[in-house]
Amino acid sequence: MSITLTINGEEHEVEAAPDTPLLWVLRDHLGLTGTKYGCGVAQCGACTVHVDGVPRRACVAPVGSVAGKAVVTIEGVSGPEADAVREAWTELAVPQCGYCQSGQIMSAVALLKSRPSPSDDDIDRGMAGNICRCATYVRIRRAIKQAAGEGER
Amino acid sequence: MPSSPPASSFLRLGRRGFAAGAGSLVLGVVLRRHLRADAPGPLADVEGGDASPDLWIALEEDGTARITCHRSEMGQQVWTAMCQLVAEELEVPWEKVVVEQALGDPKYGDQNTDGSRSVRFNFTRLRIAGAAMRQMLEQAAATRWGVGAAQCRGVQGEVVHEGSDRRLPYGELAAAAAALTPPPERRIQLKDPDQWRYVAKPTPSLTIPAIVKGEGTFGIDVRLPEMLYAVVARPPQVLGSVRSFDDTAARRVPGVVRTIQLPAITAPVAFKPLGGVAVVARNTWAAIRGREELEVEWEAGPNASYDSEAYAETLFAQVREAGRVRRERGDTMGALDSAHQRVEAEYYVPHLAHSMMEPPAATARWDGDRVECWACTQNPQAARSTVAQVCGVPEANVTVHVTWLGGGFGRKSKQDFVAEAALLAREMGKPVKVTWTREDELRHGYYHTVSAQRLEGALDESGACTAFLHRTVFPPIASTFQEGANEPGWGDLRLGASDTPFAVPHLRLETGEAEAHVRIGWLRSVANIYHAFAVQSFVAELAHAAGRDPKDYLLELIGPPREIDPRTEGAEYDNYGSSMDTHPIDTGRLRAVTEMVAELADWGRTLPEGHGLGIAAHRSFTSYVATVVEVAMVDDRLTIPAVWSVMDAGTVVNTDHALSQLEGGTLFGLSNALYGEITAKDGAIVQDNFPRWRVMRMNESPPRMEARLVPSGAPPGGVGEPPTPPAAPALANAIFAATGTRVRRLPIFGADRRDRLGGAR
Repeated sequence: MSITLTINGEEHEVEAAPDTPLLWVLRDHLGLTGTKYGCGVAQCGACTVHVDGVPRRACVAPVGSVAGKAVVTIEGVSGPEADAVREAWTELAVPQCGYCQSGQIMSAVALLKSRPSPSDDDIDRGMAGNICRCATYVRIRRAIKQAAGEGER
Repeated sequence: MPSSPPASSFLRLGRRGFAAGAGSLVLGVVLRRHLRADAPGPLADVEGGDASPDLWIALEEDGTARITCHRSEMGQQVWTAMCQLVAEELEVPWEKVVVEQALGDPKYGDQNTDGSRSVRFNFTRLRIAGAAMRQMLEQAAATRWGVGAAQCRGVQGEVVHEGSDRRLPYGELAAAAAALTPPPERRIQLKDPDQWRYVAKPTPSLTIPAIVKGEGTFGIDVRLPEMLYAVVARPPQVLGSVRSFDDTAARRVPGVVRTIQLPAITAPVAFKPLGGVAVVARNTWAAIRGREELEVEWEAGPNASYDSEAYAETLFAQVREAGRVRRERGDTMGALDSAHQRVEAEYYVPHLAHSMMEPPAATARWDGDRVECWACTQNPQAARSTVAQVCGVPEANVTVHVTWLGGGFGRKSKQDFVAEAALLAREMGKPVKVTWTREDELRHGYYHTVSAQRLEGALDESGACTAFLHRTVFPPIASTFQEGANEPGWGDLRLGASDTPFAVPHLRLETGEAEAHVRIGWLRSVANIYHAFAVQSFVAELAHAAGRDPKDYLLELIGPPREIDPRTEGAEYDNYGSSMDTHPIDTGRLRAVTEMVAELADWGRTLPEGHGLGIAAHRSFTSYVATVVEVAMVDDRLTIPAVWSVMDAGTVVNTDHALSQLEGGTLFGLSNALYGEITAKDGAIVQDNFPRWRVMRMNESPPRMEARLVPSGAPPGGVGEPPTPPAAPALANAIFAATGTRVRRLPIFGADRRDRLGGAR
């Protein structure tokens, strides 16, 4: 069936069963491949997007459940928190292979929006759902703190 | 709405894109025609291989330097490192550098991106290629100005005449330089290290600016016009096969196009596809759903009785038998028998999975009897030969494009997934992308082998170690390529067993036989993982038996600064492909990292209640790493408050990215030690996704991690793998220091998510 989606501020009509995970609609139907597949069971966070500003795992979000809502992906995430995160990520050379980093960045932006100055515990809680097999956790933590500092300026 | 983009758009990988502007002059192409017609150029055979500048560099009229990277980018920042080497000597501004990913082609020499050797093997020739082209540009400018070439210098994209300060941009000189022959090696002038602007510096990454925007094409991201999507139901057991299948329900799933039975695999498994039934669909989700509806009866094959619990007992029984001697110094058995004190311990490390965040994925498209593949492969030449072999076409008919790799860790050196895509695309007559789900990746891997080891040490009255016996038993990697291979090869043993650098009078390495029942493959640092775990744990056990400080005892065992050559004691030893002259086993460097990390961690300080420090040091891939782990066992809960790691990798091309590898590689080792275990039951792998296969998360990572590089002018060593081996034993030694419980069997946390400290063997 035809579903109308708002993704990164643009409307898209897609033909998909409503129970199709948003992840595959983004990647296969719309060619927005920045959102990654990692596990399909909401365990790794590689597919994290924002739905009405809240982080969600696109691999288990039925596309029918996000119709009419504002979906934001790594390709479209913007604003002061996103700018600060991208800048800190680049400056501190956080990513290694980069595959999980779309999801890490989406989670970090959401974390900073809800906690502008996150503590270590906040970072643990906000980022525990995003696995990085390259184990760039040391730099992710550092970069979130740096991005938070810049957000305050 | 974006539809499938044309194939060429896939190639826009870099931060600036690949497309050459209209009318741009590509020096390399001109040179290639000029030189390759009859004889190879003067730089075709320098240290590391072909350094002909046209192979590596294409200059455009606007000064853009397109530099070819023949290795696979998987997070080790090899794009940046390879370009740093060329750009350093070419003298181009960093912002003018654009990477071009090489196809799989033997003309580049070895492209197998594993073994921590991209920099080790290319450090010289890529700098020579850059310098040769710079000298040709200088010569072209000298001719234009009618001056001597010695007065002309290439500096940041321009040739400058020192007498008059006249300048010409490289782009304007490219055509004239293209007509010249590269200088012979003896006339190449490389910079002194103190002149380097990019090498041994934290030069900015060429991939990260794209990554943070969600750009860049991984294997799983490839899209071609008319492409179909496939997943494969593979036999649960290796060498199993399809008895029968019913695809009625599968074909009813909307979007499913067809099911295809793949040929059954035969031994040896090598890089061949595992067989099974593919579901081909119009999108990935339909393929996954279709596979769920597929009913397959499997023939279990010869490995159906493989059971990890029972197999562990088999390994332990084997490791208690005398083995085959592979290295011997003195009379180890005699010394053990007459020891004042004899210490014995057995260690077990289970199978591990790579679980790189991007599972294997490949796309193929046929045109007649020629096939083009796009894959996240660590080894495009092997992908090419595997596809050619499996599809029965000449290698020349196979083109392999290398995408970005969402992690590799050794899994993507195996090419089964690329061959699957080629087989299915040919069958469908359309491009097909094969995606492995996480379940596929975990259940059908090339696993890190399972091992049991027995160590024995003789202590004299003073507590000094006089004899050291190491017996190691594991199904070898050779079993993947040769049916029935069941004995550790020198290639496995050189990884932390045959090169043990201890200053003891009596030293022996023994091996025993073990059959493989799953596909065994290399995983980041490979046999160093279990060898370093056993050897470095045992050092701390000896120290404890002798009543000594583990760090002091480790330094005493390493002994005075000297060079070790295992070949003098009966071992075959290839030193990771590097010369023993340029990359000796130098105990002085191993001592130095050990002493440095101890100082960094403030070894010997008073620790809070329940805390403990552990230390381990290990040489692998010709680099030296020492690690200290601090653990805290508070209220029966194990945490890791801090980790310190020091690496001596010789000359390091990118200091920041090497530190990132040291951090990540150390945590990779800790993650495996804490949680990593793949088990088989009835020949099939039990773990299927992240809840059951566990890896370290942010909240489990140490809040404090300090990594340091040893400044060194030595030739480059490996960087990607050496950080991993010392992590596990440093952790186990810290746990012992904190709790008095010795962990000899990994992982520390079992499937029930409880730690096994009470149940350590």
